Amino acid sequence: MLLFIEQCLNGLQFGLLLFMLAAGLTLVFGIMDLVNLAHGSLYMIGAYFAATFAAMTGSFVLGGLLALGATLLVGMMVEVIALRRLYGRDHLDHVLATFGLILFFNELVRAVWGPAGLNLSLPAWLNTSFPILPGVHYPTYRLSIIVVALVVALLLYLVVMRTRVGMLIRAGASNREMVGALGVNIKLLYTLVFGLGAALAGLAGLMQAPILTVQIGMGENILILAFVVIIIGGIGSIRGAFVAAVLVGLIDTVGRAFLIDLLRLGLSGAAASTAGPALSSMLIYLVMAVVLVVRPEGLFPVSGK
Amino acid sequence: MADALLQIDGLTKRFGGVVASDEIVLSVPAGELHAIIGPNGAGKTTLIGQLTGEIAPDAGRIQFEGRDITALPIHTRSRLGLARSFQITSLFLDFTVLDNVALAVQAHAGHSFHFWRDARSDPALREPARAALQRVGLTQRADVLVANLSHGEHRQLEIAMALATKPCMLLLDEPMAGMGPEESARMVKLLHELKREVTLLLIEHDMEAVFALADKITVLVYGRVIASGEPAAIRVNPEVRRAYLGEQEAVSSHG
Amino acid sequence: MIALLTPRNFVVAALLAILVLIPVYAHSTGNFFLVTLFTRIIILAMAAVSLNLIMGYGGMVSFGHAAYLGVGGYLVGILAYEGYSSGFVQWPLALLVSALFAFVIGALCLRTRGVYFIMITLAFAQMIYYVGVSLSRYGADDGLTIYNRSQFAGLLNLSNRTFFYYLCFALLLGTVYLTWRLVNSRFGLLIQGARSNDRRMRAIGFPTYRYRLACFVIAGTICGLSGVLLANHTEFVSPAMMHWTKSGDLIVMVVLGGMGSLFGPVIGSIALLVLEEALPPIMNVIGGLVAGSAGARVGEYWQMVLGPMLLLVVLFARGGIDGILSNWSGFVQGVREGFANLRAGVGNLFASARRG
Repeated sequence: MLLFIEQCLNGLQFGLLLFMLAAGLTLVFGIMDLVNLAHGSLYMIGAYFAATFAAMTGSFVLGGLLALGATLLVGMMVEVIALRRLYGRDHLDHVLATFGLILFFNELVRAVWGPAGLNLSLPAWLNTSFPILPGVHYPTYRLSIIVVALVVALLLYLVVMRTRVGMLIRAGASNREMVGALGVNIKLLYTLVFGLGAALAGLAGLMQAPILTVQIGMGENILILAFVVIIIGGIGSIRGAFVAAVLVGLIDTVGRAFLIDLLRLGLSGAAASTAGPALSSMLIYLVMAVVLVVRPEGLFPVSGK
Repeated sequence: MADALLQIDGLTKRFGGVVASDEIVLSVPAGELHAIIGPNGAGKTTLIGQLTGEIAPDAGRIQFEGRDITALPIHTRSRLGLARSFQITSLFLDFTVLDNVALAVQAHAGHSFHFWRDARSDPALREPARAALQRVGLTQRADVLVANLSHGEHRQLEIAMALATKPCMLLLDEPMAGMGPEESARMVKLLHELKREVTLLLIEHDMEAVFALADKITVLVYGRVIASGEPAAIRVNPEVRRAYLGEQEAVSSHG
Repeated sequence: MIALLTPRNFVVAALLAILVLIPVYAHSTGNFFLVTLFTRIIILAMAAVSLNLIMGYGGMVSFGHAAYLGVGGYLVGILAYEGYSSGFVQWPLALLVSALFAFVIGALCLRTRGVYFIMITLAFAQMIYYVGVSLSRYGADDGLTIYNRSQFAGLLNLSNRTFFYYLCFALLLGTVYLTWRLVNSRFGLLIQGARSNDRRMRAIGFPTYRYRLACFVIAGTICGLSGVLLANHTEFVSPAMMHWTKSGDLIVMVVLGGMGSLFGPVIGSIALLVLEEALPPIMNVIGGLVAGSAGARVGEYWQMVLGPMLLLVVLFARGGIDGILSNWSGFVQGVREGFANLRAGVGNLFASARRG
């Protein structure tokens, strides 16, 4: 039972991390109609920056903040230099161009930091466990990820729904030309939105860094999961991304942990051990397939547009 | 009523709080040219969308040749003889004019699981296509890429493609939009000739054309039918004048 | 006939001639590495041709096409491992299973369009990759060695490198020919029309879903055959051949070569190889000139140049190499104008600097 609770929390934590990644993707797609495959690269760069800055300054938190700022800058630079010309073009063009960026960033990271990964260790004060229930301890760091992610989600909601900038963002999402005609500096808005997306990706990357290793290509594996989240949640919907991300995180984590045991109930031990790992990695994609059959627009489709 | 080619009963469609179609009842017998007019936002596009199958109505029924087509998919309705032209040009821009019409012919020439024979030299497809082009007067532009045609020629091609599917009924969505006086006159002449072969449901803003061509006119305002009858009666209907013709006379201009 | 002597056709003919003569050259110089290298290019070119069918002609951008390389390859590997080395059993089964996978995946993915479609094909490909990784009996991550190439009862000797090369080449040409016939048939025009304007296709009466699915299955099957050849060629299969970056490679080949053109994928496959071999030494030379001995190893990171190159192709040369060759005068004109703009821009910069 304790294991189940722990796995559920892990799933929640993973899901919230996925949400941060997916939110950035869906923001950029919803507002600028830009498909950004290199989003995973920003996630990776956030992690690499964090490991480097933490080592340089000796402080985990300071390193993280610097990494966030650096990723934001990189994101905005990429937008200005490379991605601006892509607005309004075919989505295939976006896919191809940003795939080129992935190749570029993977090689750049390899050139600067070497092919072996980096390590980011937790400071002592975070490397503890926290009693969430009497007698039940859960790693403090993972708990802090959950807290930070929820705070970020809340901030996103407030900014998008309650501020002028957020209103511009929502307006831009439904009618680009109109917002431009109103005199708003669309170019600046787009750069800022892209920067926000990059920061979210970087934040996810640096937070996940102590748990998984920091290595080249880490962005792409999780990017695909972020896409699955968006498909299940509905493209353009941040609320959908939230629900879907938590769902995906839970299913994936809890599924992997308990699927083999569940299978053992019905199948022989050998069969369960062979089929188990394969099925648990497929689990999320099976869910996605079901959603596609039953409700192709996603769980919370954005109407209009 | 019993022999109507197209019968619409109680067609209703809501988008959020907006009622785009409000219990529309419409009856079009075979051989008629029926025009639908109404100010912008009257729901004419929504009506066409429900007739062709792109939009699913919330309530009501559509019958074509006595058959309930309300739930049928788009391509099946076309196969049954209900063709449409698009208001905003929706053609195959990177193909030639002849290729475009030949595709329309192909759609109604059985299945297309033919993998080997060159379709561009198949007379079963090319001959009817050329015939349709001749009908609308585009024969000399047959080998031009559609992207290089003028706007008026796009409209003519739209009609040719619809005709190539050998329809019983043609839904024309503002065929004269954006046309100059000369092109409009040619289109009116073409539609007049088509009247004899095909039943026409025409959505138009061009009042001169509407009153010259229509056997019956239905007026839509905010999704509701406020009047339906012969042109002479519509012309003097006070409600219609107020809602629509009044504005139209003030802004009456071509292209 | 004179009309056929375009720059593009000339280049294509030259490339084909080179491909035909590779083994001859190899025999005379004893450099058999060339045969091995170009066999791989030919096999991947075939996969790229199949991708071009759905992507270039059909407008269905699949980021998971390499999965079929894996399906075909693993079928051969698994059957060989279990003792079935006969090509007569392996090959038809591999094609069948590839078709089946393509059918199921296509049936689900084609319910979406545009960017959704791209993402979903990517997701499914990743799923198949993970299944491959979890096949512990067949080597999982490390892969599976194939000890015998497909046996055809002595009729075909796949172990003879030269014979195998020409077999692959013949299959490549066959695939190109099949593509040519397909895209000009009724089926092909339907597929291209659906790419151009799917809404209109349905409005004129085409049930486009089933035809696009059929096209998807055909492409997947051909790619499965490429996988069979690849497995025989490398005598090894591993999940890496199904990784989504491999799908990316195929897409690069198609786009670089010229999407929607018959020989574009072949040109692209060769071009990618040329870049892979030629960029590093060029970069090393430039790096050496600029930064001495430290810079002379820059070539290792050639993909850092490939990435932006792809970006530039997308922005400025959308039709790929085939497009450039087909419109040579236009391309030259465009380059001239580009330089003129550059000069004007720099001039303006200096002028405003002097003023301000």
